[in-house]
Amino acid sequence: MENFKTNNSRRAFLKSSLLAGGGLMISFSGLAKFSLDGKINAADLPGEWYELTGYIKITQDNIIKIFNPNPEFGQNVMTSLPMIVAEELDVDWKKVVVEMGPHDNVKLGPQFTGGSNSVRMYWKPLRDAGAAARNMIITAAAQTWNVPAEEITTKAGMLYHEKTGKSGTYGEFASKASAIPIPKEVKLKDVKDFNVVRHSQKNVEGVKIVTGKPLFGLDYTQEGTLIAMIEHPPAFGMKVKSFDAAETLKMPGIKDVFTLKLYEDGYEQAGFDTRTFNDLLVVVGATTWEVMNARKKLKVTWEPKGDTKDKMAGRGGSREVLVPGALESTATHFAKMKEYAAKPAQLLRKDGDPETAFKNAAKVIERTYNAPFLAHNCMEPMNCFAHVADDKALIVGPHQAASWIEPTLSKVLNLPADKIDMQITRMGGGFGLRAYGHTFVEAAIISKKVKAPVKLMYTREDDMTYGIYRPMYTATYRAAFDANKNLIAFHVKGGGIPENPIHANRFPAGAVDNYLAEGWEIPSNITIGAFRAPRSNFNAAAEQSFLDEVAEVMGKDPIEFRLELLKRAKENPVGKNNEYDADRYAEVLRLVKEKSGWSDAANKQYSRGVAAYFCHNSYAAHVVDVVKKDGQPFVERVTSVVDCGIVINPDAATNMVQGAVVDGIGNALYGEQTFKEGVPEKNNFTRYRMIRHREAPKKIDVHFVQNDINPTGLGEPPFPPIFAAVANALYKSEKKRFYNQPFSAEFQKKA
Amino acid sequence: MAAINLNVNGKTVTVDVDPATPVLWVLRDHLNLVGTKFGCGMAQCGACTIHLNGNAVRSCTLPVSAVKNNAIVTIEGISETGDHPLQQAWEELDVSQCGYCQAGQIMSAASLLKRNPKPTDKDIDNAMSGNICRCGTHVRIRKAIHLAAKTQSKK
Ligand code: FES
Ligand code: FES
Repeated sequence: MENFKTNNSRRAFLKSSLLAGGGLMISFSGLAKFSLDGKINAADLPGEWYELTGYIKITQDNIIKIFNPNPEFGQNVMTSLPMIVAEELDVDWKKVVVEMGPHDNVKLGPQFTGGSNSVRMYWKPLRDAGAAARNMIITAAAQTWNVPAEEITTKAGMLYHEKTGKSGTYGEFASKASAIPIPKEVKLKDVKDFNVVRHSQKNVEGVKIVTGKPLFGLDYTQEGTLIAMIEHPPAFGMKVKSFDAAETLKMPGIKDVFTLKLYEDGYEQAGFDTRTFNDLLVVVGATTWEVMNARKKLKVTWEPKGDTKDKMAGRGGSREVLVPGALESTATHFAKMKEYAAKPAQLLRKDGDPETAFKNAAKVIERTYNAPFLAHNCMEPMNCFAHVADDKALIVGPHQAASWIEPTLSKVLNLPADKIDMQITRMGGGFGLRAYGHTFVEAAIISKKVKAPVKLMYTREDDMTYGIYRPMYTATYRAAFDANKNLIAFHVKGGGIPENPIHANRFPAGAVDNYLAEGWEIPSNITIGAFRAPRSNFNAAAEQSFLDEVAEVMGKDPIEFRLELLKRAKENPVGKNNEYDADRYAEVLRLVKEKSGWSDAANKQYSRGVAAYFCHNSYAAHVVDVVKKDGQPFVERVTSVVDCGIVINPDAATNMVQGAVVDGIGNALYGEQTFKEGVPEKNNFTRYRMIRHREAPKKIDVHFVQNDINPTGLGEPPFPPIFAAVANALYKSEKKRFYNQPFSAEFQKKA
Repeated sequence: MAAINLNVNGKTVTVDVDPATPVLWVLRDHLNLVGTKFGCGMAQCGACTIHLNGNAVRSCTLPVSAVKNNAIVTIEGISETGDHPLQQAWEELDVSQCGYCQAGQIMSAASLLKRNPKPTDKDIDNAMSGNICRCGTHVRIRKAIHLAAKTQSKK
């Protein structure tokens, strides 16, 4: 506190930050228009900010601001990424002010949240930035004090020169340091000297969240903003033919009703430009409730869209993708999947001679696993603010990848990218859905058309029936055994609508002599997209359930059986390109066995299931303990082990794993979107079942493998294996195998 | 349209709206109190939970005309300085992930603690099962409610 000696306004700031933060750190939103805490505004902060490396700003009074470069959707990067900078900068974390960075790829890197990549991709750049800034401050002090830089030490934002007894704050040298060129090479801290990273730090926005401050895209507005909603077709494969808005326009507050095209004909879509419905029927009015109500008065005639072609940008030029027009139903999906599963498929990987091995086998087992389309159901429905003028645009909203959507906006609005100011808000969940840009384009073209600031709002129904779902998947697994019940061949053939899920080079590839992986796809007009651990979330569920049965046939403990396979993969791997590290994979299994008391007699009261998986460069294993509650199986306890390398913020990482476990249990037991004649049958939480408090486990114990490996993904890896751990525990509890998600459909039928 | 008087977070305010407008949208669109969240609009997710005379209600299906003289409290008004025992417990246990559902969770929990200062796990599950959290913070929420109950009992 002594560092802040002068200036009354600063004292006022500190006082209110203590009040608001309960003595903890406090963060500021980078969005000027947010009224923040009501009392504090980033602009009120004292003095001039000196910028060091783009990620750091320091005032003369030694207030240190660190920008979080990457969008926050609950994975806590707003805290963990600045922690990495603070570590190398060598400052007192409690005195750091964190702010969401502006959208600026030159200064702040790729700014993309997804693929469990935030920490992995920013680890090195943020360490470098922190270390470089520290280095620049030391150089400035060395010049001022006229002493060799090597003799200066730092601690918690202070500089010391022992020989002369000189000391000073970073802030005193910030101005001078900001003029020093960023060094090309810097020395990073030894991992064992970390005192911010690897120590649990509270969510920097925790206080704001629990006091209801405006943080999310949905909370953003400006004076004079109109509300827009889009009436999209009731079914995939339909489009608007004509509409009568007379009644709607008579409703209070309504300004306009019109149609717009999302993309003009012939538009070449980039990877995340998914368009579900291209013809937008838009209602614009003064307030949300007025627009919601008036929209109901629209009289719309819909017509089949027919087969269409999408032009997709790709490496080596654009390609055309046929989108079938027929209206699809879940029943016909199943029939079609059966038909495709019986046909020859694309070869993905082959080791040894699986055909002969299966032919000569003493025993073969074959099992088929199915999983439905899933809606993301982020708790914050899709929304976006846009104010598009002739020569510039302001776009504010919850997006995982502003950098991907900006080029699209630039094309659609015909504005150079530097005239588009995209601001990144906190997201009320994302799970992959918010990597897609349609909401942003929709808001922008609506604003352009009505020449006013517009807030595009999706209702829950809009959100749940719009598509970009987790695809529908199926996979058939076969295992061949010799007369001694040794596993001699393994075959997986998987497919999906519209995407093949199989990761051919993942475990148990590499551990079985004769191995075959094949895949196929069925085109569809139901749009799909990334959903927390794409493809893995199904593969793990199927493969890890199947391995449980294989172990059973062989009369082996499911953990020991996997460890044997991994030993083989390590010592004498089969084939090439095996994606996983057998040692790290085995370690999470060994640790989950120990931590869960897998072999303890005391745990016999539980129906227990185990599963492990590798994805997004990390390893996860769970043991699920099921009991009967009110006659129904209930996941009471889960033990989880994750190896994601160095854990930046242990308690927050634990929270993330616990969340993945609950989310996984919920989706495994209840998650499902189904269709009838193109109509999504679940359009709100009345029919789309989400896990509830009474269904969440009582206890989730999380353990991290301790190592010094550079950090890898965490948001996704613990999610896929929980599905199979649940299925394997349910088998013990219900004495039958569960092959079809959502699993609860089966035990509830019985009840 | 009608002028309607409301008591929100201890202050009297007047809004000129269609009397059928749900309280959620009066708060968000007219009073700029955006801590109360929209999640489903059908009383299914709890994101919009507020207190009406101290009881948790879903503001997304509560027409403003039905409020009458009953006092509305939102997340912004549950404590002056963010130090309600539940808010403190949420901080202490770092409950939030994306955070979007948490205002609603806290409002449901606050009304539970008022009725039942020492809830069991089962009481918590029953009172909280109307609040969805896609991020899966359930285990921490349960723990935080117990913690807040303890703090409160010491006061
Ligand atoms: S928005 Fe009111 S309960 Fe969901
Ligand atoms: S914290 Fe994200 S929905 Fe609950």
